[in-house]
Amino acid sequence: MLRKKQTKEIMKNLVILGAGTAGTMMANHLVHQLNKKDWKITIVDEREQHHYQPGYLFLPFDIYTPEDIVKTIEEFIPKGVQLIKQKIDRILPLSNKILLGGGNELEYDVLIVATGAKIAPEETEGMKGEEWQKSVFDFYTFDGALALRNKLRDWKGGKLVIHITEMPIKCPVAPLEFAFLADSFFKHKNMRDKVEITYVTPLSGAFTKPKATEALEHLLAEKGIKIESDFAIEQVDNENKQLIDYGGKTVPFDVLVTVPTNKGDEVMERSGMGDDLNYVPTHKATLQSVAYKNVFVLGDASNIPASKAGSVAHFEAEILTENIIRFINDEPLKEEFDGHANCFIETGEGKALLIDFNYTHEPVEGEFPFAGIGPLRLLKESRMNHFGKLAFRWIYWNVLLKGTHMPFISATMSESGKHYTHTIN
Amino acid sequence: METTLAGKTISINEEGYLTDFTQWDEKVGETIAAEADITLSPRHWEVIKYLQNEHRNQVALSIRRVGKSGVVDIKEFYALFPKAPLKTATKIAGIPKPASCI
Repeated sequence: MLRKKQTKEIMKNLVILGAGTAGTMMANHLVHQLNKKDWKITIVDEREQHHYQPGYLFLPFDIYTPEDIVKTIEEFIPKGVQLIKQKIDRILPLSNKILLGGGNELEYDVLIVATGAKIAPEETEGMKGEEWQKSVFDFYTFDGALALRNKLRDWKGGKLVIHITEMPIKCPVAPLEFAFLADSFFKHKNMRDKVEITYVTPLSGAFTKPKATEALEHLLAEKGIKIESDFAIEQVDNENKQLIDYGGKTVPFDVLVTVPTNKGDEVMERSGMGDDLNYVPTHKATLQSVAYKNVFVLGDASNIPASKAGSVAHFEAEILTENIIRFINDEPLKEEFDGHANCFIETGEGKALLIDFNYTHEPVEGEFPFAGIGPLRLLKESRMNHFGKLAFRWIYWNVLLKGTHMPFISATMSESGKHYTHTIN
Repeated sequence: METTLAGKTISINEEGYLTDFTQWDEKVGETIAAEADITLSPRHWEVIKYLQNEHRNQVALSIRRVGKSGVVDIKEFYALFPKAPLKTATKIAGIPKPASCI
């Protein structure tokens, strides 16, 4: 609730751009927090459907069906929030206005940018060439994951290459999970010996954090997946079906599953609000835009050095809600967001890992959410973690999007029950 | 931890990156480069100065950004610092390894 009475009679406007995971959660948080007499909340998104993006990983292996991961945007927008389904043409941050497609304008007092990130295969030469969706696939879009499913259903085997173009990407563990699930998938089809799996990454190892990299590289080796690290792609050679890097290295493929460059929404470029990848420069602890005080940025749209993942948006949303209220009341913002991320990593064969980390702490071993009890084990493969991952889809649709606080899980990272050895900078 | 480079005691982290830029000088840079079998030419130094300047201005470094900088294109960046150019060049420059975005 507002702690200070609004002196003006005029209604104020809070506008949220983007009704994905982050924007929808914010709408649900704020509708309970802002006084309806003083504030009108509007959310803008031109799309019809809300996709459960973590489900894209399971679609190519026929583990999930399209129906499992697609719902309408409307059903998650709370009563009391106006949904405008129009294209966002431009933000005019100096005049506090949004230009919508069709020439309409929308004024705001407070703006929340939650326009997310998406793949940009056109950034890499030859990626969206004649082999696109024939032997070159992505699984970060619904269409891409579906085309890949259709390809894998009757693929006879050969060289499967899983590839990351450049960081940052949404859900940085997803390509690894894809590799693990592919190993399981072909084992179950009794054709694992016909498939050579290679994992190609621009990083020096399997993951961005040394401790988790160790555990994950062990798993890759165990599953007979080759790793090709420090690979900075220059182009996809469609004719010879190979990846070529700037140093001249090549990796041949029969099926390439790539994670193209990820970029923020083009509206940031049009509005002059983004960096060179269209991410909005954002204060990493308060989530306030660096350039504009009444603009806040949530989820994948920002440039903060946290994972681009739903769990991060969830933790951010709790802290941002409080900061929006503080901003409205002219109180200092809380510098509280610590980069907390919490991800299940599917490792195939019905097992999963769980990792928990933030700006300063690496993923560690331990138990979650209860110290010494679990039931989930951090950085250790277990069946319970796999069930946790599958249960998460239900939690996403029924708890997370609605902005309900998840019991026992705090927005900032808890250090109990975790086995720290050292911290990183 | 500490090590001796070009006759000076230097603080480095476990990956060999300097932890205190004030300890860096061109001789230290040359010594680190020699360990990576690189002899620094004037072109190398232009790139190194650019990286140090970006770091001073708190710009997050990436291969993409270096490629678009106008200082050097990615192809030449690889030719100057083979294999992992950004990691090698930042180490020689005495600045932290770019936080691989997560």
